[in-house]
Amino acid sequence: MRGVNPMPAVIHASDLTKVFGKSTAVDNVSFDVREGEIFGFLGPNGAGKTTTTRMLTGVIPPDAGTATILGHDIRSEPVQAKQGFGVVPETSNAYTDLTAWQNLMLMGELYGLPRSQAEQRSSDLLGMVGLLERKDQKVQAYSKGMKQRLILAMALIHEPELLFLDEPTSGLDVQSTQMILNLLRDLNKQGTTIFLTTHNMEEANRLCHRVGIIRAGKIVAIDAPEKLKTAIDRVHKIEVSFDREVSGDALKALPSVTGANRTGDKWQITTDNRDAVIHSLASFSQQNGAAIVTLNTLAPSLDDAFLRLTQEEKP
Amino acid sequence: MNPAGFSEQVHRAWAIAKKDIRIYYFKGPVLIFGVFMPVFLFLAFFMGSKQLPLSFLISGLVGMTLFFTATAVSPAIFPWEGQAKTLERLASCPITIEAIVFGDMIASILFGIGITFVTVIIGLALGLSLLHGIMLLAAILLAAVCFSAIGMLLAVPPTNVPSNIMMLSSLIKFPLVFISGIFIPLDQMPPWGLALAVCSPLTYFTDLVRYAFTGTDFFPVWIDIAALAVFTLVFTVGTMYLHKRTMPKRM
Repeated sequence: MRGVNPMPAVIHASDLTKVFGKSTAVDNVSFDVREGEIFGFLGPNGAGKTTTTRMLTGVIPPDAGTATILGHDIRSEPVQAKQGFGVVPETSNAYTDLTAWQNLMLMGELYGLPRSQAEQRSSDLLGMVGLLERKDQKVQAYSKGMKQRLILAMALIHEPELLFLDEPTSGLDVQSTQMILNLLRDLNKQGTTIFLTTHNMEEANRLCHRVGIIRAGKIVAIDAPEKLKTAIDRVHKIEVSFDREVSGDALKALPSVTGANRTGDKWQITTDNRDAVIHSLASFSQQNGAAIVTLNTLAPSLDDAFLRLTQEEKP
Repeated sequence: MNPAGFSEQVHRAWAIAKKDIRIYYFKGPVLIFGVFMPVFLFLAFFMGSKQLPLSFLISGLVGMTLFFTATAVSPAIFPWEGQAKTLERLASCPITIEAIVFGDMIASILFGIGITFVTVIIGLALGLSLLHGIMLLAAILLAAVCFSAIGMLLAVPPTNVPSNIMMLSSLIKFPLVFISGIFIPLDQMPPWGLALAVCSPLTYFTDLVRYAFTGTDFFPVWIDIAALAVFTLVFTVGTMYLHKRTMPKRM
């Protein structure tokens, strides 16, 4: 999270609902995305991530609720709203019968850019994503990573204030993934707000200022990744090893320790008061002449938080 | 710049048209089909009914060519793009559905007009004289808009399977050709045939083309033009309205 004062909302979703037949894909979803943040939208398959993103980007209309994007209602002012954002969908959807250059020029025209500006932007973006030398090649000859980099360039042609990305690195090689993630970081530093749908917890953990978790069409949590991790688990784990054998019973007898299990040459201590246990372990070490070799606090990962939040109350 | 303004949306529709022409129309098979399909139909009837004058059949050929070419590709564009997910890209761009439809129409209008001029030249080369050139030009322009709107109307069912749409398209287009006075003169049609013929915009266009080449017509020229204009308006407004309703179902 940045700063003390909350920034104005770039995306304001209010009670968004989408029903397909008898199934409610998105159920009264409400959240805000603030200006300048990277917001991760996480959820298991079929949770409603893509449907929510499609409603926010004006691809499908919501059955109920509203979404305001950059101050414009996506239903009543769709063109004005769309003018301010770019979209990178999960499936590459550049025109494969056109060259990269032609795809970018088409996007330039659809966003109303003057030709000279579109040409300059296209050159810069193709250089940035490493495709300038293959700009006149038809997209059908591109690899998946190249197509993904191209659609990122297409989404950025009009220098949008807001960027929607749906699984942008799914199935890509390490180089393309790193290039895209670095680009997103740079764009965010320059002020672009990013709405990122991903399955990759590590990616969300490293990139996002806040994440929203959706399960069965409902938002179950929205917070900073670190806060989410600690909020889901009140029982903490500490891993400690000594330079000599110590008794498990002696460790269990220490104040605030609720359990001690041996894992290899280490002990995994469980507690609800991490600070008190660390002090106890230091005293224990001095009193028993057993020097501490390693001491690690094991925080729950975003994976743990995600699994806990998306599996709870499962029917 | 007001991105939702009329002129800006027309500009963006032109971008759609250029994209369509590059991707769908400048293809050998499409160009060949556009020319050969009407020519083969024409030859079949030319051989089979030698009592009909050449001027009559050439006028029908021009009518058929414009009708087939303006409706050849446009019905399949939305299903193709729906399948390739490029329609989703367009839906997330700042362009209205009306402008996307209009862009697709512009491409089919230009393709239809271009190929139709080839058949007009064939007619002139075969010795026909053009009596009302301006009238022919105006009729081709108006009918091209009308037929391209029909092409887009055929694409309204929200399927992303092009073959389904092409089958529907053939089911509607071929009977229209046979009830529009192209191969059978309107004055030789039975009353029920004539009742069907007046429901087809192709009837009025073919009548105008015959007038341009031979100076004779079945309906007065102003009725032909008025009928074509009404069909054009109804089909254009109708296709834009219906696509706006069905577009989300394609996503």
